[in-house]
Amino acid sequence: MTITLFAFYVFAATAIGSGLLVVLARNPVHSVLWLILAFFSVAGLFVLMGAEYIAMLLAIVYVGAVAVLFLFVVMMLDVDFVQLRSGVANYLPFGALIAGILLMELGMVYGHWTFAGEAGNLLQSPTPDLTEVPNTYALGQLIYTDYIYLFQASGLILLVAMIGAIVLTLRHRTDIKRQSVVAQMHRDPAKAMEMRDVKPGQGL
Amino acid sequence: MIANDLNTVLPELILAVYAMGALMFAVYTGKDRTTPLLIWVTALLMFGLGGWIALMPDGSHEAFNGAFIDDGFSRFTKTLMLWASGLVLLLSKDYLSRNDMLKFEFPILIALATVGMMMMVSAGDLMSLYMGLELQSLSLYVIAAFRRDSLKSTEAGLKYFVLGALSSGMLLYGASFVYGTTGTTNFAGISSVIAAEGMTLGMLFGMVFMCVGLGFKISAAPFHMWTPDVYEGSPTPVTAFFASAPKVAAAGLFARVMHDAFGDATADWTQIIAFLSLVSMFLGAVAAIGQTNIKRLMAYSSIAHMGFALMGLASGTQEGVQALLIYMAIYVVMNIGTFAFILNMEKDGRAVTDIRSLGMYSKVSPGRALALVVLMFSLAGIPPLVGFFGKLFVLQAAVNAGLTWLAIAGVIASVIGAFYYLRIIYYIYFGAETDGLEVRMPTLHYAVLIASAAIMLFGSINLFGLEAYAGAAAEALLK
Repeated sequence: MTITLFAFYVFAATAIGSGLLVVLARNPVHSVLWLILAFFSVAGLFVLMGAEYIAMLLAIVYVGAVAVLFLFVVMMLDVDFVQLRSGVANYLPFGALIAGILLMELGMVYGHWTFAGEAGNLLQSPTPDLTEVPNTYALGQLIYTDYIYLFQASGLILLVAMIGAIVLTLRHRTDIKRQSVVAQMHRDPAKAMEMRDVKPGQGL
Repeated sequence: MIANDLNTVLPELILAVYAMGALMFAVYTGKDRTTPLLIWVTALLMFGLGGWIALMPDGSHEAFNGAFIDDGFSRFTKTLMLWASGLVLLLSKDYLSRNDMLKFEFPILIALATVGMMMMVSAGDLMSLYMGLELQSLSLYVIAAFRRDSLKSTEAGLKYFVLGALSSGMLLYGASFVYGTTGTTNFAGISSVIAAEGMTLGMLFGMVFMCVGLGFKISAAPFHMWTPDVYEGSPTPVTAFFASAPKVAAAGLFARVMHDAFGDATADWTQIIAFLSLVSMFLGAVAAIGQTNIKRLMAYSSIAHMGFALMGLASGTQEGVQALLIYMAIYVVMNIGTFAFILNMEKDGRAVTDIRSLGMYSKVSPGRALALVVLMFSLAGIPPLVGFFGKLFVLQAAVNAGLTWLAIAGVIASVIGAFYYLRIIYYIYFGAETDGLEVRMPTLHYAVLIASAAIMLFGSINLFGLEAYAGAAAEALLK
């Protein structure tokens, strides 16, 4: 048993196990922590496949940003998970029925699945030979050169998401004091303090 | 290479860059005080771009390896959408300022939604289709909830968002089937596979899922559930916007996908669309009968109209696409005119949506009442108004494509649907007199209402040459 194979089974088993625990854990904070472990294991799998760039992205973006964001949401928003789960028992049989039928139908499709004969030749961006083109380079070529139009379009979509979040939630409160940097810089020491002689028994 | 590509997407590029520039301008200067200015500039830019696109020379160009197609079809729909968006934007200004919603994000979101719509009708690839669709939808979700302190508006936005996300999921799932079979997301590639090897089961599944997703976006029954609630809950200018340009974009995208990617499998998808068309026409006609809220009524009316428009697509012919385009153009003009009126239905500074409040409106303002009557007759499709010719074209296309049963069903549905348009007319001339609506109406709204009614009345002479333009656009799509 080579070390790669051993590493694969360790990562794969951890990924599946922690994935299960994400769903099964009673405490939502534990769920998020299991999710982080799942992300790390999958990153390990990517490294084994030679896709080290995606592995690093997974660790940085998903663990570093997304999972931590989840953690904040779970801890800071008072979401009652027990209440959220309360309807499950009612909807479970019907949902399971629908899911079962859908699964059966899709099974029929996969049973008859055929690839078009031309599919191999039609591929727009086949995976290049990893020994010649490093995968980071190949991804960059794809995202920033071939699919620049789609890349920019997704940028616009994110801009809309940002505008939307601000326009729907930001409230300008008028009854609070705000910092004015210009006013602060123009403060004059001579005027900043004023000496008053307060007589005993009298206020200002 | 890239210079050519950028040249092809120049109108979209200008509008997108303008939206970003306007955002920076407004944030760093007067914020919401700049809104009236931005609304005017955005609308004028849209009119200008629409005119420019309309005057572009014929011909078809591809950009970004076929992800973007600029042809006669996309130019026709883009012109229509840009003009409709600009006009609705101008009409919304008055309502927004009266209801204290004059935020500078509004024109910017409308501009970005319009960029998304332009990308949709120009899509030549499953990925660019999805990008355009999401850009448009996301902007629409936000403006549906634009009156954020109103429970109904936020509910409309949330409902639209959740159901829209579900339908996007369906569309993507279908697209993954198509990609999995053919190995390409390019419409031309998909079409070449179908031409060579026919439809496989997996591809058929994918196509059906995509039809479901697109049917949702165009609000065709049985995927229409969101429409009445979203139309009712959204602020009225947003409802007016929903009922105009996005409908054209969805119809254009539907026609684009079906003819460009699945053009050689017409028999497989025309039956799906014929079904959507049939159900939409009847549901729109029957369900609207019980409605007294004019915004819900317009929602059901739009479902019925989309049913008719889809009848053109169900024909699967060039004549059918031409009929679809004519129908959409007429529909947009009628709807903008009607909403110019609805935007001003007010009493004591509060918006009124009950159609009974129109009781004896003919006494309050005979001119406007008459214009509204013309529009209602036209929406119902009563000759000799232009709305009738829209229906005539789709019915002809359906009959010529051998879908006589669908055409007959369409006529029956249209007779049923005429009831609720006629009921509005009944209220205007014979209804019980109420306290009455406010008489005040800005000049712009008045002009749009009258112009729309005049087009419905006088357009029946030659449709202003629309038939030839739509014919050329349909030819460009099917060649």
